[in-house]
Amino acid sequence: MLQITNLTTHYFFGGQVTPAARGVTLNLPKGSAMAIVGESGSGKSTVAMSVMRMIRPPIGDIAEGEIRIGGTDVTRATPRQMRELLRTQIGFVPQDPTTALDPLYTIRSQIVEAMPHVERARRDEVIVELLTSLGIVDAAARLKQHPHQFSGGMRQRVAIAIALAKEPQLLIADEPTTALDVTTQIGILRLLDRLRRERHLTTMFITHNIRVARLVCQDVAVMYGGVVVESGPLTVVADNPSHPYTRALLDASSLDVGPRQRLRAISGSPPSLTAMPPGCPFAPRCPSATDLCHQRMPATTRRPDGASYACWNPVTS
Amino acid sequence: MTTDLASTTPPAGTPPARPRRRSGRWPWFSGTVMVLFAFCGAFGALVSPHDPNKVDLSQSLKPPVFAGGSTSYLLGTDQLGRDVLSRLLAGAQVSFLVAAGAVLIAGAFGLLIALLAGYLGGRLDTVLTRVADASMAFPVVLLAIVIVAIYGKGVTVVILVLVVAGWPQYARVLRSEVIRIRHQDFVTMARIMGGSRFWAITRHVVPNLIPTLLVLATLQVGLAIIAEGSLSFLGIGVPPPAASWGNMLADGRTFLATAWWLPVVPGVALSITVLAANLLGDWLRHALDPATRR
Repeated sequence: MLQITNLTTHYFFGGQVTPAARGVTLNLPKGSAMAIVGESGSGKSTVAMSVMRMIRPPIGDIAEGEIRIGGTDVTRATPRQMRELLRTQIGFVPQDPTTALDPLYTIRSQIVEAMPHVERARRDEVIVELLTSLGIVDAAARLKQHPHQFSGGMRQRVAIAIALAKEPQLLIADEPTTALDVTTQIGILRLLDRLRRERHLTTMFITHNIRVARLVCQDVAVMYGGVVVESGPLTVVADNPSHPYTRALLDASSLDVGPRQRLRAISGSPPSLTAMPPGCPFAPRCPSATDLCHQRMPATTRRPDGASYACWNPVTS
Repeated sequence: MTTDLASTTPPAGTPPARPRRRSGRWPWFSGTVMVLFAFCGAFGALVSPHDPNKVDLSQSLKPPVFAGGSTSYLLGTDQLGRDVLSRLLAGAQVSFLVAAGAVLIAGAFGLLIALLAGYLGGRLDTVLTRVADASMAFPVVLLAIVIVAIYGKGVTVVILVLVVAGWPQYARVLRSEVIRIRHQDFVTMARIMGGSRFWAITRHVVPNLIPTLLVLATLQVGLAIIAEGSLSFLGIGVPPPAASWGNMLADGRTFLATAWWLPVVPGVALSITVLAANLLGDWLRHALDPATRR
């Protein structure tokens, strides 16, 4: 359904060309869900925005690679074709539900925008059904309300409803639960998982929490410094990571930290996009880095269990 | 114009059914004044008791009826015996034309520039912003003298002056609003949902600009009426004998000690209209915002 091959996306900051994603290759078969995991600035949102062709000059551009959605190569699509694709095939759930809805319009009119294919007389019925399935109580009475009358979790449900109203083939969720409290998070995540199964939605789930990803996804791609450092089936990668960064990320979000124990943070900070080291981007923070790591980017190695990693000195368990 | 304050407070003893929201914006007052103003501007000549330009020196400097004058000249007469009420009505037409014309044209032009500069950004933004800054730095009176020197005096020239002097106000304020709104997620979402740039602007950016535009425009209504007065006062506005509130004020000024009604009548009309315009804008802004509406 979604195939990204060797994608390189540049941003143009102050006359400088800055690579934000380098050689990203991902494959999401129809009905699958893949988590893109990484820290802020790792390039995960850049990949999502590239898929939707939202990075265009003067902000940036796709420099290389191919993105196929269904049969269409997004990188070669005309703006008109791209708008058609976005209107009918791709649903996007934004990170912050508080600003994703226009305060001036009712919930109904904002959802209707995304469903031109539904005949006029049936629209209300379809919207109520959709909102009810998303767990909004008394949806019919809330259609005429404005966004400020909804709580954060409810707004996120409305945003999901907008994304789903077009009955998309591909759902891209950019940290859809980050702005919500924990109990609401679980609800939204279960919901996304159920919807994917019911509707055979291909889902691209961007998160910085690998444990959150487990609730929704079967596959994972771990990104660091614009590069996919490790990918594969989520359980395989999470239980038996090869890349030191994946290891460190799992440790950092580990739940079995007792009292008076230090949190296992990753020392240092991610490399600046403008000053990327020539070798592995994680090398400056990596405990097992060698001279080779600093000089040359490692190639991708496939493991027999389906995972693959890009590292000179993989973790052995 | 009297205000019935008693009607806004519930009678003592009876508990109020629901607490009345004190808006303090008097929509009925400002609405009535603006309608009256527009009506005088459009049909003032039909209800005018006298010819506003008819000179009758035998009837000069008659006081208004409430200061001991006769009922045939309700607001008195000026030094040339012209009926002040008739001139006030005729002046309302000029003031209304100038205010409406200046605000609509300058507002529309300013909005367009703000959208181009704020949404497209880049070099165009820099150029347009500099042009607006340069226009604002230019003194209005000097500008008026130049334009009058080229085109001569008249109502359209006054409107032209106010548009040339006024559009940067709209452009500057609205540009920063456009930039703020453009970076809100719902505009990005409109694009991600496959909306064109034009759709994002007309459906999301412009409607969210309306409250700001309204407040600006109603403030400018007041400023435009006063500016027309100032230009007429300086003799580069609406040429005599045509009446405008500005030149009535200017001519009446010298009679303040002997015939106070000559400057006071147009002055009061001007103040009430400007106040009403501002109150109306403030009320509209709240009435149109879904979050503060009821």
